[in-house]
Order: sequence, then structure tokens, then C-alpha cells
Amino acid sequence: MIFKRSERGTAPVEPVTLKILVAGGFGVGKTTLVGAVSEIKPLRTEETLSEAGRPVDDVDGVPGKHTTTVAMDFGRITLREDLVLYLFGTPGQDRFWFLWDELATGALGAVVLADTRRLEDCFAAVDYFERRSIPFVVGVNCFEGATRYPSDAVRHALDLDESTPVVLCDARGKESVKEVLIDVVEHAMAVGAAARQPVTT
Amino acid sequence: MSDDDGQAAMPHWFDDDAGPVVRPYAMTRGRTTSPAQHRLDLIAVVIAESHAEETEADQTLSPEHVDIVGLCRDTPQSVAELAAELDLPIGVIRVLIGDLVDDQLVHVTRPVPPAELPDESILRDVINGLRAL
Repeated sequence: MIFKRSERGTAPVEPVTLKILVAGGFGVGKTTLVGAVSEIKPLRTEETLSEAGRPVDDVDGVPGKHTTTVAMDFGRITLREDLVLYLFGTPGQDRFWFLWDELATGALGAVVLADTRRLEDCFAAVDYFERRSIPFVVGVNCFEGATRYPSDAVRHALDLDESTPVVLCDARGKESVKEVLIDVVEHAMAVGAAARQPVTT
Repeated sequence: MSDDDGQAAMPHWFDDDAGPVVRPYAMTRGRTTSPAQHRLDLIAVVIAESHAEETEADQTLSPEHVDIVGLCRDTPQSVAELAAELDLPIGVIRVLIGDLVDDQLVHVTRPVPPAELPDESILRDVINGLRAL
């Protein structure tokens, strides 16, 4: 369990909770990313790709992908007894968009995971966060066997704002994912500071 | 998919796989929202009140209510964690938590309001905490 069991009679610590979203196309490694840093096994509803989903969920170019996350999955990082960060993986398929608004409310920021072999899959997520002014970082998940591209090329291909960070990462690696999350928080801070700054002409 | 085909063709439904015995919203007596309830965020933290000790004996509470209070008494729990732990839909959990708030058995912390960034010092703490992982 997360927090220390409180002594009888003393009130338990009421933690500040924050959330970061992990978005991106189907099969890009969102659940893997959450699992890489979460202190708990990501809580999820993951079901085997159903017959009904087979024509819809395109697994071409994603070898070894047999399951898809049909509900949100999330992980937890207890930073301090009174400070807890939750990571929510957004549903990968467009037909679950209705869950996004629920997840995005009050989010600190987001990671959009991209696979350079199927870059178009993350357009929807990029679009979503841009429209709602939610600070996000694009993490290019470097799959083995996929061609590496410089981050500027990815930025150009996604037509991103100059200020939006693009980082190369490995969704399986804890260190790599930590760096991405730090980038998200730093970017959120920068965006917040810019918003507070009075407009000077 | 080929090696899975044999199993997928013959579904055997046992226990949890067969679905819930009680339909989820039966636990809320058909309610999908609770009156005085603000929309609970997924990461809102539910904390048991210190006087919420003898909930097991309380006949007005359902077993799910008792479970929620029990889990929160050990450690404060987020709404999302309660839903995952008790394997109930978020919507059902929200209604049940609403009942418990009305009964003053638990209270709920509000996370940082939407569209409002938390304090910069908190963000710095998050960065430092992540670095130290």
C-alpha cells in the first residue's frame, strides 16, 4: 500500500495528487511506458483483441501485438508521502474518445507517444492537446528496427509548435521514461510561467 | 493470432469471466449520479473519517460501501484506485462515494482545479521527486 498506515487517532496524510496523461496511437507503447515507472502493476482492463475489433484495430506494422487496452489503465508514483503522481494511459482507439475529456480534466500535462513507422496515428492526440491548451511533450518511442529520425524531422512532420518538446525515448526503460516525465513537468512550468507573464509589446 | 485461435474458438466462462452476478448499477439502486455530489475526479482522494469504525454493523450500508470505507481506513485511496481494487465501474464508485460523503463516513480531497496549474513549488517537488526515483 502506498501511504504509511496511520496511527490510530492521528489523521492520515492527505496527499496532493497530480496526473499526467499518456496518449498516442494504438500499439505505440502507452501501457509499457506507464508500467516502466509505476510502483504498482498498472491497473487496467485489457482484453484480447476481439473478433469485432479485428477489422478496426489495425495491427499491421506492430508485430507481436495481440491485445489492446479497451479501458484506461493507470500507474502510480509516490514522490513523497504527501505527493502522488498518477499516469493515465488514454484509450488507443478513436472510438473511446469520450473517455478523454474525463481524463484530461485537471491534468498537469501529457506525453504523446509516437512511432515513426505510423506517425499519423498520433495526429489525433496532438490535435486534442493543442486545442485544449494542455502542455504536452512528444516522445518518439524508438522501436527496434524502426528508422531513427532526428527530432526536428518529427517536429516538422507533425507540424508542431516550436516550443513543443520532441524527445526520443524508450518506453520500456525506467530512466528514459523518467526523463520524458520530467520534460513534461518542465514544459508545463514554462507554459504556466509564460501565461502568467503580462503581454509586452 | 494463429496460436490463440484454438482457445478463442472455445470460450469457457468461469467466475469473473462470466461477468458480474449483480449488474453494476443495481448496487446503486439504479442511480447514476448522487444528488449533492460534485463530479469526483479520478484522482480525488477518499479518506475515511476517524469515527467511521463500525461500518460492518451498519445495516444501511451495502457490502460495497463497507469495502470502500475499509480500504480508505487503511490508506487514503484515489477514486480510480478504488474502482480498480473493487472492480467496479467509475460511475458506480462515484455514486457509492457520494452516499458515504452524505453519511459523513468519508471525505474527499479536491485535486487541483482544472485549467489551473498547481503551485510552482509543487511542480519543482515533482521534478525533484522524479529525478530521485
